[in-house]
Amino acid sequence: MEFVDGRFFDHFMDPRNVGRIEDPDGTGAAGDPSCGDWLLVTIRVERGKIGEIRFLCRGCSSAIATSSAMTELAAGKSLEEALAITASEIEGAVGGLPEEKKHCSLLGEEALKNAVADYLARREKGRPGP
Amino acid sequence: MNDRDEKGTRVYFDHNATTGARREVVEAMLPYFSRRFGNASSLHLFGQEARNAVERARSQVASLIGAEPGEIIFTSGGTESDNLAIRGVVAAKRTPARRPHVITSSIEHPAVIRTCRALEKEGVDVTFLPVNSLGAVSAEEVEAAVRPETLLISVMLANNETGVIQPSAAIAGVARRGGIAFHVDAVQGAGKIPVDAGAVGADLMSISAHKFYGPKGIGALYIRRGTGIEAVLTGGHQESGLRAGTENVPAIAGFGEACRISADRLGAEMAHIARLRDRIERGILAAIPDVGINGAGAERVPNTCNVTVRRVEGEALTLYLSVLGFALSSGSACATGETDPSHVLIAMGLDPVDAQGSIRISLGAENTDEEVDAFLDALPRVAARLREMSPIRGKC
Repeated sequence: MEFVDGRFFDHFMDPRNVGRIEDPDGTGAAGDPSCGDWLLVTIRVERGKIGEIRFLCRGCSSAIATSSAMTELAAGKSLEEALAITASEIEGAVGGLPEEKKHCSLLGEEALKNAVADYLARREKGRPGP
Repeated sequence: MNDRDEKGTRVYFDHNATTGARREVVEAMLPYFSRRFGNASSLHLFGQEARNAVERARSQVASLIGAEPGEIIFTSGGTESDNLAIRGVVAAKRTPARRPHVITSSIEHPAVIRTCRALEKEGVDVTFLPVNSLGAVSAEEVEAAVRPETLLISVMLANNETGVIQPSAAIAGVARRGGIAFHVDAVQGAGKIPVDAGAVGADLMSISAHKFYGPKGIGALYIRRGTGIEAVLTGGHQESGLRAGTENVPAIAGFGEACRISADRLGAEMAHIARLRDRIERGILAAIPDVGINGAGAERVPNTCNVTVRRVEGEALTLYLSVLGFALSSGSACATGETDPSHVLIAMGLDPVDAQGSIRISLGAENTDEEVDAFLDALPRVAARLREMSPIRGKC
């Protein structure tokens, strides 16, 4: 393992926004709880922006670090901006990943997109917000 | 927790991956790099100095495992010894008349498993035997797998990930009755427990110096007198024609010294290491909920502890502990970079997610009670911290 960037260890050892929002506006997951890395993201939407975002992750160091970095990138962004966050941006925020770990940053992108999509779907249904 | 400020700890708990050479070993090697640089095959004085060093080491290696010097072939290490044993015996014994058959287990080191897989492509049938939930092969299953065309059985002495000792003597009985060659990968046994080639009952046995305080890049294959085998490397006549290539004299000298010291100190070191390992296991079971010690009910080498910490990943545990100064491994060291869970734990029937949550602590003679104390302080905190992050709660 050759992680040279301090940002990686910073996110891995001291991850931001860990947890799960009670009664969230949107929930998104990525990965597979039965056979590997699993990321669960919850968001609260305030005036069209991500007001709060939290994550829980069972995974390797890269999955944890990139999930944390993703929440920092997403917090405060509009939904459109959040949907535009890519795996490579997330990877860049931890200073890059070794080749065999690059897929970990996809988890963050996917779970965030799923959480936003979940929010939009709930709104579509006219479900009253919390 | 402000773990990143805890600098200075540097604890090595990964002795099944490798060990550092003892001071005496390095000293035994040094003259043969320069002052006594001769080629052991040369007739002149320089060559004879090197030859003497090689033959002295051969006696020391033989003595550690209860063999005769003439039954020891030096190789580049465990992987080459395994390759020579398996490929060499199959090459010597196979006949065009029928498809040869080899029996091995599903928990072998990749040096054995992948060599057998490669032989499958060369027309050899291979049976990979399962293990029980404690990680042990059964001699009855070996016997049931024997066919008239079985040429070779290869089952390790002790598993590298769990430390579980395999029933070599019983398997040797099966092999003997069937006139089948028996190879034992003893890389994780030699230097950790007393290993006697006769008691193990092996026809061939692989050992590696760097697993017990010798240098890297040197090992041996014990070949019981009378065992049919062919060379794999083609070239010069070194090592009775079974291992071509100029002898690595400094490494061989260091290997011999490591064997001599190991034979002297094994009893005392084993007792010390076993006590530390038992402390670690009791401490983990007492301090961390929802953990399991893999292979705990089986006979094991005294230095190895394989723990499943459910709901977290072993890689994350290992890296976190590494930042705190503790060196250990998740899965086997050779599997790092692969995302597959350990084939050994899967063969024992662990759930793949649990297998991914496993770490291996492998102790050595230089480890101390203070290091164990520090580890038993750190591991529960790291496990709790990673579990706080886990979306999986309390099930399993």
